[in-house]
Amino acid sequence: MKKSTRPPTYGLMAEFDNPTDAVAAAERVYEAGYRRIDAFSPYPVEALSEAIGVHSTKMPLIVLIGGVLGGLGGYFMQYYVHVINYPLNVGGKPLHSWPAFIPVTFELTILGAALAAVFGMLALNGLPEPYHPVFNTPNFALASRDRFFVLVESLDPKFDRDATRAFLNSLGPREVTDVQH
Amino acid sequence: MQKVEQPHDDIHLTPNVIEPGHTFGSVTDKISALALRKRTPIGWFLGFTLSFAVANVLMFTIAYLLMTGIGIWGNNVPVGWAFDIINFVWWIGIGHAGTLISAILLLLRQEWRTSINRFAEAMTLFAVSCAVMFPLLHTGRPWLAAYWLFPYPNTMGMWPQFRSPLLWDVFAVSTYGSVSALFWFVGLIPDFATLRDRAKGKFGKVVYGMLALGWRGSAKHWARYEATYLLLAGLATPLVLSVHTIVSLDFAVAVIPGWHATIFPPYFVAGAIYAGFAMVLTLTIPLRKFFGLEDFITHRHLRNMAKIMLATGLIVAYGYMVEAFMAWYSQNTYEQFMILNRMTGPYAWSYWALIFCNVMVPQILWSKRVRHSTFALFAISMVVSVGMWLERFVILVTSLHRDFLPSSWAMYSPTIFDWSMFIGTIGLFFTLLFLFVRFLPIISIFEMRTILPQAEMAKED
Repeated sequence: MKKSTRPPTYGLMAEFDNPTDAVAAAERVYEAGYRRIDAFSPYPVEALSEAIGVHSTKMPLIVLIGGVLGGLGGYFMQYYVHVINYPLNVGGKPLHSWPAFIPVTFELTILGAALAAVFGMLALNGLPEPYHPVFNTPNFALASRDRFFVLVESLDPKFDRDATRAFLNSLGPREVTDVQH
Repeated sequence: MQKVEQPHDDIHLTPNVIEPGHTFGSVTDKISALALRKRTPIGWFLGFTLSFAVANVLMFTIAYLLMTGIGIWGNNVPVGWAFDIINFVWWIGIGHAGTLISAILLLLRQEWRTSINRFAEAMTLFAVSCAVMFPLLHTGRPWLAAYWLFPYPNTMGMWPQFRSPLLWDVFAVSTYGSVSALFWFVGLIPDFATLRDRAKGKFGKVVYGMLALGWRGSAKHWARYEATYLLLAGLATPLVLSVHTIVSLDFAVAVIPGWHATIFPPYFVAGAIYAGFAMVLTLTIPLRKFFGLEDFITHRHLRNMAKIMLATGLIVAYGYMVEAFMAWYSQNTYEQFMILNRMTGPYAWSYWALIFCNVMVPQILWSKRVRHSTFALFAISMVVSVGMWLERFVILVTSLHRDFLPSSWAMYSPTIFDWSMFIGTIGLFFTLLFLFVRFLPIISIFEMRTILPQAEMAKED
């Protein structure tokens, strides 16, 4: 989207004071065919994520890959050190004494998986992201306290400032507000 | 809000996990106010000053140690490992309760863990920080330890020895420290966002804002966040069991009588959780009192922790019995001598003090009345902390001081620097803890919201 065609606002935000209404509203918004939508809650509400169409995440796969890489890397690091780079006979033990390599392999598997989990989550979520237009919403500070919000972005093909506002107002929110860029 | 009178005083009813009458707002405001308040209570300054003074004892000890060498400690052949390793194992063990609460109890869906996990995880991190100092300084020249401990390509072409349990320990403890820190930080992100949105001053807004990484509570983010949090818990669970297992292998792989035992891994893990819960109780009981958190950390929490302490205490007692039994059953002269020497030798006082602290005293936790008394729990958990320290003393010193040949027998006694180093780490631990309770949310705010009745979705169909 070029700057010249940028819509005047980022979107419309409907504010709710309980999770049940917010989830019902998010479901209606999704059913109405809006797709560039989001919802905000002060704690994880699984139904809310489901309502806006998030049914699964890539996290398990990322963690699996991190774990496998950590484990293989850990094992071959030890193999490289003791068999290839500096073979040293210690107490007549075989150079490739694999049982002794297991504890470090295990630890590095966990480390790889945990690093992949945290940094993968942050990367997919696009964090850290110091500025975001939704923070311009009045009352948005309450999204980290006790309010629930449903957002329709103005880039959504179905978005129409008046029609969408009327539609959101019909869902029983406390308030519907414009979100400035 | 008015406080509903609760069955606080009836010990036969199961107390609530959170006292009734709270809302999303009240939970948020109460916990965030503790971190954001302008006025710091005078008690905090007193506690912090005292802890910081004691932490300085550690600093001076380390400075003297680095200038002089580890000869300032009392350990010498045959007791080559003493306070340094005792304290290392003691601190690492204490950390284990934090991970158990945050990871294992999360997977087991124990709702009550929610109000103590943040705090227990902080305790884990601080305990691990204290623990790693000991083996690192025991190398004598920690600036060289980089290539003794970590495999990085260096100009000498040298590598560490991966077949040694001591190196496994390096990987276990550093992984444990890193994963605990990640887990803690991930848990804090939504709460940092809460503090950022509540902070009044510019400084608080900026600092908490940076720490929150721009978290905005998007449902798309929460979905990944929840998956990540559960996966981290799943990863931390085997990790925490592996860490003390590997610590125990430092001993069990050696051929010293009293160390060379297959029961060590489970016995050490149980002992770690035992000591850890004792420390969580020791810290929680004054904390909930001073910060007025009785609504969030109720008798339910204290009672459950006491039960876990009792259960792990019994496993530890079983470990002591098996050690004695195996000494007899093995018909091995050295094993038999080791256990007799523990019970009747020059350090017999430490063995019997250990049995008193770790086996006898905790049995009064069978009584519901005792589990309901915060004072009794506080006293018992102190006794257990001492007992678990004595356990490591017994395992290390009594096993080493009678070597295979009587010509190399010797006695061990700690020097003033052994003590100043140990006490100094306690000061460091409490310094970090005081900073934590002042500036960070000591209870996970977003998780507390999830256990409120309002978080239940109304049924529509």
